[in-house]
Amino acid sequence: MVIYGVALLSVCMLVGVLFGDLIGSLIGVSANVGGVGIGMVLLVLVIDYLRRKKKLDIPSEEGIKFWSAIYIPVVVAMAAQQNVVSAIAGGPVAILSGTLAVIVSFALVPVISKVGKDSNDTFDHTHDA
Amino acid sequence: MIDAVISVLEKNGLVTAFAAIGIMMYISYFLSKVLTRGRVHGSAIAIILGLTLAYFGGITTGGDKGLADLPIFAGIGIMGGAMLRDLAIIATAFGVHLEEVKKAGLSGILALFVGIMSSFIVGVVIALAFGYTDAASLATIGAGTTTYIVGPVTGAAVGASSEVIALSIAAGLIKAILIMIGTPFIAKYIGLNNPRSAIVYGGLMGSTSGVAGGLAATDPKLVPYGAMTATFYTGLGCLLAPSILFLVVRAIFGS
Repeated sequence: MVIYGVALLSVCMLVGVLFGDLIGSLIGVSANVGGVGIGMVLLVLVIDYLRRKKKLDIPSEEGIKFWSAIYIPVVVAMAAQQNVVSAIAGGPVAILSGTLAVIVSFALVPVISKVGKDSNDTFDHTHDA
Repeated sequence: MIDAVISVLEKNGLVTAFAAIGIMMYISYFLSKVLTRGRVHGSAIAIILGLTLAYFGGITTGGDKGLADLPIFAGIGIMGGAMLRDLAIIATAFGVHLEEVKKAGLSGILALFVGIMSSFIVGVVIALAFGYTDAASLATIGAGTTTYIVGPVTGAAVGASSEVIALSIAAGLIKAILIMIGTPFIAKYIGLNNPRSAIVYGGLMGSTSGVAGGLAATDPKLVPYGAMTATFYTGLGCLLAPSILFLVVRAIFGS
């Protein structure tokens, strides 16, 4: 049933967020640490397990796929409720630091991607040899 | 008659949001095809349209939730709020290949630390340039430049003034908005077209909303990889900014 997929997804999120909160309070941070990420990993593992056991039927998968497909509209709704006015009202300090941070972060993407890849490649080569 | 329509729309807020966002998506994909021949992705246009409407919602109502502050669009607040956003992000993990995550896991962790430090430093440097000299203000603006949640958390912890905290939130908002708008245009120049670079990108950018929007408008297949690392960024930022990073700033510039 479709609801099984939706329920599975929801349980993964709730468990993830719970763990995120716990980690946050453990390290003394007033924020959820990685709750969504933990939920994602959980969902990947559970689905993998259920597939191998052939316990995941197509309607259940549809329940998860629907939410995955509705993701972009949800993000558009998210964009439509951003506090754009106060972002701009922050003036030059906010605009400059935000803009520069984005430029620097963009520029670092290829650098960091390469760092990991190089070591992996050497690893793969030694593995081949 | 108009009152009756408005009343129905307001009473069924979430359903109104589905209809409204659906119409926005249709218009955006139409514009993408007709005006840009598909070169600018429909979702990118939809997100820019959403941000523009959020601006007008903000100036008409004076509220802080953009379009969602207009009573008939209150449902957009639920549809695009953190709860459904996180549920939808987790659902995208359905398409994740665990192998890819394992392969790029270390780069992702490195990206998280480098991302927080570099944005923090940028914020501190700009704050210095604009005449802030005390460690609390510098660290708070630096923290806000990582994300708009880390800013106020840090500001409260180190005792920054409320103007500085507001400024730090604004810096984080600007960052999130620019990531949403800029990512699809910059993607091919920074090699953002595979799971590994998406994981690194999520760790460097950090802002969950920025990454969620930016990748959606670039390549929906990359969303789960970027989101997975980005979701750790704010937590890590809240850990590092008010502690180590603040102490370093204070050691250099004094309190």
